[in-house]
Order: sequence, then structure tokens, then C-alpha cells
Amino acid sequence: MAERKIGDVILDVRNISLRFGGVKALTDISFDVREHEVRAIIGPNGAGKSSMLNCINGVYSPQEGSITLRGQTFKHMNSRQVAESGIARTFQNLALFKGMSVLDNIMTGRNLRMKSNLFQQAIRWGAAEREEIAHREFVERIIDFLEIQAYRKTPVGRLPYGLQKRVDLGRALAMEPTLLLLDEPMAGMNVEEKQDMSRFILDVNDEYGTTIVLIEHDMGVVMDISDRVVVLDYGKKIGDGTPEAVRSNPDVINAYLGTSH
Amino acid sequence: MQTTFPRLMLDHAARRPDAPALREKVYGIWQTLTWAQVATLAREIAGGLAAAGMKRDDHVVVVGDNRPRLYATMLAAQWLGAVPIPLYQDAVAAEFVFPINNAEVAFAIVEDQEQVDKLLEIREQCPQLQRIWYDDPRGLRNYSEPGLASLDALIDEGRRFVQANPKQLDAELERGRPGDVAAMFFTSGTTGNPKGVVHTHFTLLDRAKAGADFDKLTEREEVLAYLPPAWIGQNIFSYAQWLACGYVVNCPESAATVTIDLKEIGPTYYFAPPRIFEGLLTSVMIRMEDAGAIKRGLFHFFMSVAKSVGPALMDGKPASMIDRLAYALGNLMIYGPLRNTLGLSRVRVAYTAGEAIGPDLFRFYRSIGINLKQLYGSTETAVFVCLQPDHEARADTVGVPIAGVEVKLTDSGEILIKSPGLLKEYYKNPAATAEVLTAEGWYHTGDAGFLDAGGHLKIIDRAKDVGRIVGGTNDGAMFAPKYVENKLKFFPHIKEAVAFGDKRERVCAFINIDFEAVGNWAEKRNLPYAGYTDLAGKPEVVELIRECVQKVNADLAADAMLAGSQISRFLILHKELDADDGELTRTRKVRRGFIGERYQVLLDALYGGKTEQYIETQVKFEDGRTGMVSATLKIADAKTFPAMQKAA
Repeated sequence: MAERKIGDVILDVRNISLRFGGVKALTDISFDVREHEVRAIIGPNGAGKSSMLNCINGVYSPQEGSITLRGQTFKHMNSRQVAESGIARTFQNLALFKGMSVLDNIMTGRNLRMKSNLFQQAIRWGAAEREEIAHREFVERIIDFLEIQAYRKTPVGRLPYGLQKRVDLGRALAMEPTLLLLDEPMAGMNVEEKQDMSRFILDVNDEYGTTIVLIEHDMGVVMDISDRVVVLDYGKKIGDGTPEAVRSNPDVINAYLGTSH
Repeated sequence: MQTTFPRLMLDHAARRPDAPALREKVYGIWQTLTWAQVATLAREIAGGLAAAGMKRDDHVVVVGDNRPRLYATMLAAQWLGAVPIPLYQDAVAAEFVFPINNAEVAFAIVEDQEQVDKLLEIREQCPQLQRIWYDDPRGLRNYSEPGLASLDALIDEGRRFVQANPKQLDAELERGRPGDVAAMFFTSGTTGNPKGVVHTHFTLLDRAKAGADFDKLTEREEVLAYLPPAWIGQNIFSYAQWLACGYVVNCPESAATVTIDLKEIGPTYYFAPPRIFEGLLTSVMIRMEDAGAIKRGLFHFFMSVAKSVGPALMDGKPASMIDRLAYALGNLMIYGPLRNTLGLSRVRVAYTAGEAIGPDLFRFYRSIGINLKQLYGSTETAVFVCLQPDHEARADTVGVPIAGVEVKLTDSGEILIKSPGLLKEYYKNPAATAEVLTAEGWYHTGDAGFLDAGGHLKIIDRAKDVGRIVGGTNDGAMFAPKYVENKLKFFPHIKEAVAFGDKRERVCAFINIDFEAVGNWAEKRNLPYAGYTDLAGKPEVVELIRECVQKVNADLAADAMLAGSQISRFLILHKELDADDGELTRTRKVRRGFIGERYQVLLDALYGGKTEQYIETQVKFEDGRTGMVSATLKIADAKTFPAMQKAA
């Protein structure tokens, strides 16, 4: 477990442009993410937030620009390479296995770290058994951390939305990421669920030292938990800085909060 | 018992070092602490506390859920002759200020970040609070408050202290006397500041032992500790009796997992307030409604068998061969699996207390073979005063006085208790102490009641609420409003009831229907209604409630003492009694006096013999706005019955 101290730049996004045919989703976006910080990307609907996240974790390949992760620059990575390089993400429209239990869902997050082969796992013998016990323990720590002990064996589909979001976060944590991408972690939640989620995000950042990049359009939440904020509008960056700086940036006020009439 | 808490614990550790003492579910797996491990832990924490300067008679607050290491800290504090004060973990920070300042507390041992935050919040108001230790370090690593440290650090410190001063802790243990103060419990107190109830090692352990002897508890019992440790009941069941008997106390993983943990542990000795039993029953009934027709049919058939045969079998009374067979079959198919689902299949002794339990609810559990009983006691009496013997459990009594207890009634019907378990005093409050403890050692319970023919104590009401009927046919009879109201409220159709009768000729009542229950009832009968006020005024609903009232009257008539409290007239209120309108307290107790004044016209109509009355009432909505509700209420008569002299 690491001390929470904001370190060097670990992710550097340079001049990214992304087009779908004639539609410009992102235009010349640059920003960086420092180690251990909570970095937010905000913007109105359609601003290009999710596209940006999808570029970082290899779902989309931008036509221009480069992404540098820990000194390694690349134009394109596939999802597996991204996962292996320590990046995990959660999804705006949950992509959990609804019929599987909370425990099994989080266990899938350990997949990359399992060494035993299919045959060993099938007969659950020797190294495979030891491995499963070790992974189960790790998963149990996450369950404890996210306070979902009561739902360990409940099929995810039966849980309320706020808890499913927590399971989604749990699965991402199971990968032991160094960089965690959260796609609208508070969307569709009530106030209490939002508070819980904010606390968990800060705790993850604090306890595991995980760097967090989150997309959100709930301004209030973002301002409370982020160290620095990037503001996008129509695929362009219109602001970047501390929550206070962003809040007083006139362009941001215009685009995001609307002008007062 | 002439011993102290830490000495009892060390006895167990010496006699059965490897026997399990505490279990806690960590990361999904039950982890066991043996008596030897508990002893080591308590010794090390005691060392740490001594090194931190804790002395005899110092006070230390303990705030948190039931956690093995918090139990060990209570033992450690008592080891040094200090006094642990458990506080409610769900209280808001401001509620901690009074007890901490009142008891001049300098030390606090808490469960986690949540509690630490609360204490830090009130630190300026409690300048004498110097040291705070926490059990669970999560989220606390970057706190740099003076005096704040982890329990692990305290234990490390204790280890060094024990090595450097090998004899000191033994000497401290030797100095402990049974008559020393062992713990202090702050009563919640509905008015004014809470009072610190001071108990000694002797008072708590004596009662723990008396209760254990009464039910023949052994070291093989399993107990689930899930109620707040600040409540003396939990403290007795999972701390004092744990040490007195040496059984295993299991700590659930979290508050949300209690039902799961209950099923996994299968306790043999179980306590829950009535609302928990009610919640369990409701969850069963809801799930049964969703079950298939065959299952539902079987369930209802065998539950009717259980209803007629079960209680008799539980009370050890004879039953016919056919009944016994039907019950045995039901046990195999329904009751057994049901007990298992509830997590109560191994329960040998289960208790409920705290408020009146509905007779149907009580009978349900007994009929499916759970030995549910009632007890009577309070913080001031170290819980055990009266307990129900195994075959004599009834819904309307609270049992017989157990070993060491004497019960006496004052002329006004108040119950006085003499027992070895009575409180030593209220802390720094001699006036309050003198109010409840007489020079001869009698404790005023504030409850009114009497001993019935079988020697069972029957609680009627709070003594100050009990009144007298004046004039009329029942002149001089006892009037117990709460008792009557409770009887009415046990009907699912009645949500609240307010009975009047003190210094009057007869008893009349205001009744609030339960909107949901009566609404369902009306829908099943195709009875249209346009809202609460309309439904409450339907003649059919008045009839429904009249039947309930008359059943209560028939019940009351069977009791010579209370036959005069039968309800002769009633009306159904046009609005729900509400705390926002000041009619109920925040804990949902009716404020009889206030309601009487507010609805004076209705009272006059009830006693004036009118058959209906128009009323307009101002109501306050949740958002602070006000509005008016008006209705013409029908006033109904109810049949009363002549008092029956019970053959006893």
C-alpha cells in the first residue's frame, strides 16, 4: 500500500484527434495524468468524454496524436495489452455477468493473474487449488473493502443499480490496476449512493495508491473528489486545472453551466 | 459470583485454553479466538493502557460494533480497575459529548474511521479526551491527530510494557474486588440528559449467573452478538454471561449480514426485541405468498396444525395421538425447514423483551417449536429480574422472579424490586439515585403491574400513566391506558390507539386505522374509497374496528384487575396521528394529554353521548406547509362484558 503523494506524469495524452467518418469526436486533445492523482474529465453530453476514455484503453484508435504510458509511446494498443499494462476500467452501462454471483463476477477480474491452465483448473488440483485460494482471498478483501459482504453469493442481476456499480468497481479493482478508468461512476445514483461511491473512490485512491481517471457530468461530485479537471466541449478541450480554477474559467461556465440570462 | 470479569476470563484460559471463546467472520471465513488467545490479547492491551497512564477508576469509552478486539479492550480496562463505558455506535457525535464530559473520560477505544471522525469532531468540546485508539485502520493512515493511534500500536506498546514490568499486571489483577465498579451504561433518557448507570463486577456477574442457572446454560452455547454493546442486554448476553458460562460468542461480519451469519452459526441461545421477530415473520409470509400453490397450501395447512397443537406441546401439555402425528409430519415438512431458514434450528432458549409482543407473533414462534420466552428487567437491574420458565411462557406476562429477586407492589400498583443486581448509583446524580433507590434497597421500576395467581409478573403500564375510573358502574377500577392501547394495536387493522378514562366514568378510545391493512381489506371486498379520511369513515370499517374493540373488551373482562378498562365508545380518527403534528413523540409514542386537548370536541362528543361530530384539523406536511382536514366522524358504541372471576 502506497502513500498518497502525487508523483510524476504517468499518462501523457498528446494532440489526440478522433474521427468517425466526417464526425469529429475529439479534436487535438492534450492532457496528462500524474501518479496517485484523481483526474476528472467533464463535459456536457456528447462532449467526447467516453471517446477519450475509449482511446486510452484501446477500444478506439485515434487518427492523430499519441498516448504515452509510463514513458512508452504508442498509437494503438489492443484491450489485452492495455489490461496487462495495469489499466482497468468500469463501464457507464454496466457490463457485468448478471446471472453470476458477486463473488464470481469479481473473480473474473483476476483472470489475467491466473497462471494455471484450463485442465488444471477443471480438476482443481495442486497449483490450481492454491492459486484459487490466493485469488479468492484477494477478492474477499475487495468485498470487505466495498462493504458488499451481505451480497457475496447473490446473483448480480438481483442487486439494485447502486450496488451493481460497486461490483463493477470491485471487478476493476481485482485486476490490481495502477490506473483506473471510471466511466460515469455515479450516473443514475441517488444522493446517498453517490456519497458512498465518492467515498469508495477516494478510499481506493488512498489505500491502494491507484491513479484514477474518471468521467462524470455531476459537477458537484467531481469538484469534491478530483485533484485536477479537464473540461471537454464538442470534442475540444476548453479547460484544465484544479477544480477551483475550472470553476471560475469563463469558457467552462459558458459551455457547461450555461450563461445566465 | 465473588470474582471479577478479567479473573473469570483467566480462569477459562487456564482451564480450557484451546476452547473457542470468540468467533468473527473475516473475509468470509469464521476465525476463532481461543480463551488463551483472548487472555494474551487482553493482557497486552492492558499493558498498553497502563503504559498510556490508565489508572484504577479511570473511565474509558468503547464505541463500535461487537468486535472481539473491543471485547478484549473492555477486559483490559477492567483488568486495570478502570471502567469501560460502551456508547451507542450509531449515535451522532453530539450525543457523545455529555457522557464523555459527565464521566471525565480521557481514553477512547473505537472501531473504525467513522467513530474516530465523530470523536475528533467533538474534541474541542471534550478537552480532557486525550487518547483515541482504533481497531480498524482503514482510511485512517493519513490522520495525524495528537493522541490518535491504532490498537495494533497499543498492543505493541503493551507487549513491551509486559516484558519490562512482568509483575505489575498481576498485581493490578489482584487488587480488583467484586464490589469495584465494572461498567457504566448511559440510559438513553427521553427527557433531559442521559444518566450513567453504575454497575459493579458483582451486580453484573451475579445476574448473569442467575440467568444462566435459570436456563441451565452451559459452556457449549453459541451466541450471535449483533445488538449494540452499549445496550446492557447485549452486554449481559455476550459479555457477562459469556464469561459466567464460558460459551462462544460470534460476531457477525457486518450489520447487513446478520441474517446470513445467523443461519451459519445456528445459535442455541438467542435474544431479539419483538420487532426483529416481527420482521423475520413478515419476510417468511411474503416469500410464502410468492410460493407455488402446493407449497403454499402445505404451509397454511401445517401452520394451522401448529397453531392448535404447537403451543400445548411447547408447554408440555398432553395432546392426542393424531395431533402429535400431524405435528410430527408438519415438523418434518414445514417447521423444521422453516426454523432452519430463520437460522433458529438449534435454539434452545430464545428471549424477547423491551416492548409488548403481540400474542399471535409470540404464539407463531412457539408453535413451530422455538422456545421463545419473555423476560423483564432494565439497565438499572442488570437485566434479569423475571424470566419465564420453559413450559410457562405466555404473551401477556413476563415470568417469575428468579433467584435473589424480591418483588413488592406499592399501593398505587408500582413494582418495586430488590435484587443483588441493582445499580450502585446514577453517576454523579445522587438526586436521581435517591428517587429510584429507597434506603431499604428497593428499586422503583416505574412500571405498574401485579403478580398473577401463578406467581407470574404482569406488566400493565408505566406507573405514572395508570389511572382510576371515577363514578359509574366501575367506580375505583384500575385504568391502564397503554395496556388497552397495546391490545388494540395487536390487531393488524389498527395502527394507533389512544384510550381515555382516568377520572372518568368509563373508557373511550380514538383509533387510527392502518391505511395499508384496511385498504387491502377494503379492496378485497370491492369497497371503493377515496383516501385515508374517506376510508376511515366507511360504516364497514367502523364495523371492522368495532369487532376488534369488542374482542379486546372480552379479553379485558377475563382479567379481574383490568375489567374496568373496557372500552364503551370509540371513534376512528380522520387523520393519522403524526409526530410532525406533535401527536406522537419521535419514537412513535402517543402523547395522550396533547391529543386530548387538541381533539377536545371529539372527547366531549364521546362522553356526551353524541353519535357523530364534525371536526376540522390543521395538519403539517413534511415540507413545512400546513393544510386543513375536515370530516364528520361517527361515534360507535362497543359491547362490554361483565368481569369474570378467573378460577386460579
